[in-house]
Amino acid sequence: MSSDAIDMTEPDGRRHPPGDLAIWVFILAELAAFALLFILYGVVRAKHVELFNEMQLTLDRNAGALNTVLLITASWCVARAVAAIRKGADGASARWMACGILAGVGFLVVKGFEYSDKFDAGIGLDTNLFYMFYIALTFFHFMHVVLGLLILGFLLLKTLRGGYSADDHLGMETGASYWHMVDLVWIVLFPLVYVMR
Amino acid sequence: MQYKSQMVAKPYFIGALVLFVAQILFGLIMGLQYVVGDFLFPHIPFNVARMVHTNALIVWLLMGFMGAAYYMVPEESECELYSPKLALIMFWIFLAAAGLTVVGYLAVPYATLAKITGNDLLPTMGREFLEQPTITKIGIVVVALAFLFNLSMTFLKGRKTSITTVMLLGLWGLAIMFLFSFVNPDNLVRDKFYWWWVVHLWVEGVWELILGAILAFVLIKITGVDREVIEKWLYVIITLSLITGLIGTGHHYFWIGTPEYWQWLGSVFSALEPVPFFAMTLFAFNMVNRRRREHPNRAATLWALGTGVMSFLGAGVWGFLHTLSPVNYYTHGTQITAAHGHMAFYGAYVMVVLTIISYAMPLMRGRAANSNASQVLEMWGFWLMTISMVFITLFLTGAGILQVWLQRVSTTPMGFMATQDQVALFYWLREGTGLVFMIGLAVYLFSFFKDGKSAA
Repeated sequence: MSSDAIDMTEPDGRRHPPGDLAIWVFILAELAAFALLFILYGVVRAKHVELFNEMQLTLDRNAGALNTVLLITASWCVARAVAAIRKGADGASARWMACGILAGVGFLVVKGFEYSDKFDAGIGLDTNLFYMFYIALTFFHFMHVVLGLLILGFLLLKTLRGGYSADDHLGMETGASYWHMVDLVWIVLFPLVYVMR
Repeated sequence: MQYKSQMVAKPYFIGALVLFVAQILFGLIMGLQYVVGDFLFPHIPFNVARMVHTNALIVWLLMGFMGAAYYMVPEESECELYSPKLALIMFWIFLAAAGLTVVGYLAVPYATLAKITGNDLLPTMGREFLEQPTITKIGIVVVALAFLFNLSMTFLKGRKTSITTVMLLGLWGLAIMFLFSFVNPDNLVRDKFYWWWVVHLWVEGVWELILGAILAFVLIKITGVDREVIEKWLYVIITLSLITGLIGTGHHYFWIGTPEYWQWLGSVFSALEPVPFFAMTLFAFNMVNRRRREHPNRAATLWALGTGVMSFLGAGVWGFLHTLSPVNYYTHGTQITAAHGHMAFYGAYVMVVLTIISYAMPLMRGRAANSNASQVLEMWGFWLMTISMVFITLFLTGAGILQVWLQRVSTTPMGFMATQDQVALFYWLREGTGLVFMIGLAVYLFSFFKDGKSAA
């Protein structure tokens, strides 16, 4: 990182927060956007509890649970990839990263089936308030998964080309931090929209 | 200045400033017509003055963007422009087309203009901001294509930086979105729907990329902060702009007949639109605070910081003021919108073009910066224009609040014209500050003729 950045190196040599400070500004802005959407969801739900409870039953909770497992697994793989590169094991790091990407793509596939199921049933943004929120929230998140996967793909390519090492892996920490944000949002979104009654 | 071909930016900047004067002149005329309805009637009716005021603004900003691109892309790419000759030819075509269009607006009634320019063959006229005759629109597309070809070829043969990538992305987006000005469905809802793809996706979408790129370029030059740091923030800012701005289009879809979900999507995403503008303010001040050199061009630094602050206030705060659909239900199409429009256009786009002009013009005239005397004058221009714009915005906001109250909230609502009489005081005050703005502009322009050479 350039000399302009604030030095936040801990005594053990790790940086907190990991990655580039700019990504944390971005992550905070993203979390603020999702938080606003979640709060609105809560407020509107409070006014239409019956509709929301009834509509919630029409969601595929198993698919949502499966996707939660997939995203947590992906995050675990990405964390392993970062741990591996810190020890300089770029081969292991690349393998973990590839597993993470695979799990992330799995999320998109499952979500794709869920969407096609709903769209086939004629459900859209204007079906009712619940589905407006369901589609807006999950699709906004879906696009974040896509962006996250593009970033992970870039990290994998750079790792394969030997672009990261035990001394120099700030880029990977930066990308991984973004991915964990995508995961975190889902961990709130899933119970909120699919489960909580 | 490192490359000879960067000089093609100069006529673009001069052309832009000439049109800027025309824009303000017609702004003053229509500002007076708000209170003296028959001023200059029948020679310059209100609708014509308004058309010239808004269209001149858009054209001079486009010219400024083009000048900025011609100046920045060779320097960033580290090679000469692909074809300086093409750039100059396009400048004269663009200026002639703009001039002829304005003459057309002033010389004949709008309906006659539509008839003689063959609007029947491909009807695109008659919509706010897109009033240009169809042949002018086609001309704009031709100029834009030649311009993009020229710059993209330069980009491809030289060094590729984040700044030129973002700049070209913005300029290509600008050209592509303009194509929607040819989409003119009979259905009024669909017409308005796509009309915003030009209007909104320009100012709250791709133009923000251009704004970010110009600001980043000037900040690198005047602060000497590492390119890596500045480009990183540029990416953060433009991503935030796109995430919020694209779906934020929905705040124009509240009352035109689109489905109800736009109330939610438009409100939520456009409420977040101030975030990237706030980031831009922090970005500009941070970079200037971390500066590693004292650039002799202090006026350019002032413009850059001014852009950060005023775009946040005008686009961010004044936009947020009326963007939530329950609020906009009362405020849409009132002077609140005009207040926001004035400060947002000035704070974001006028100021960023004046920033790059302030930075690049002295260099094109063979010096790193103008003399102290000239810079002092330029800064007087800055403060006069900026402060009067703040007051124009405040007076229009006052007019807007009163208008909303009398016309839409009160238990005995008044008609539109009766309300206009009630808010006349604010219009007079606005016209007065408009005159101060014009004086500021004159001082600013005069600074170009003040002996500039004495400084290093």
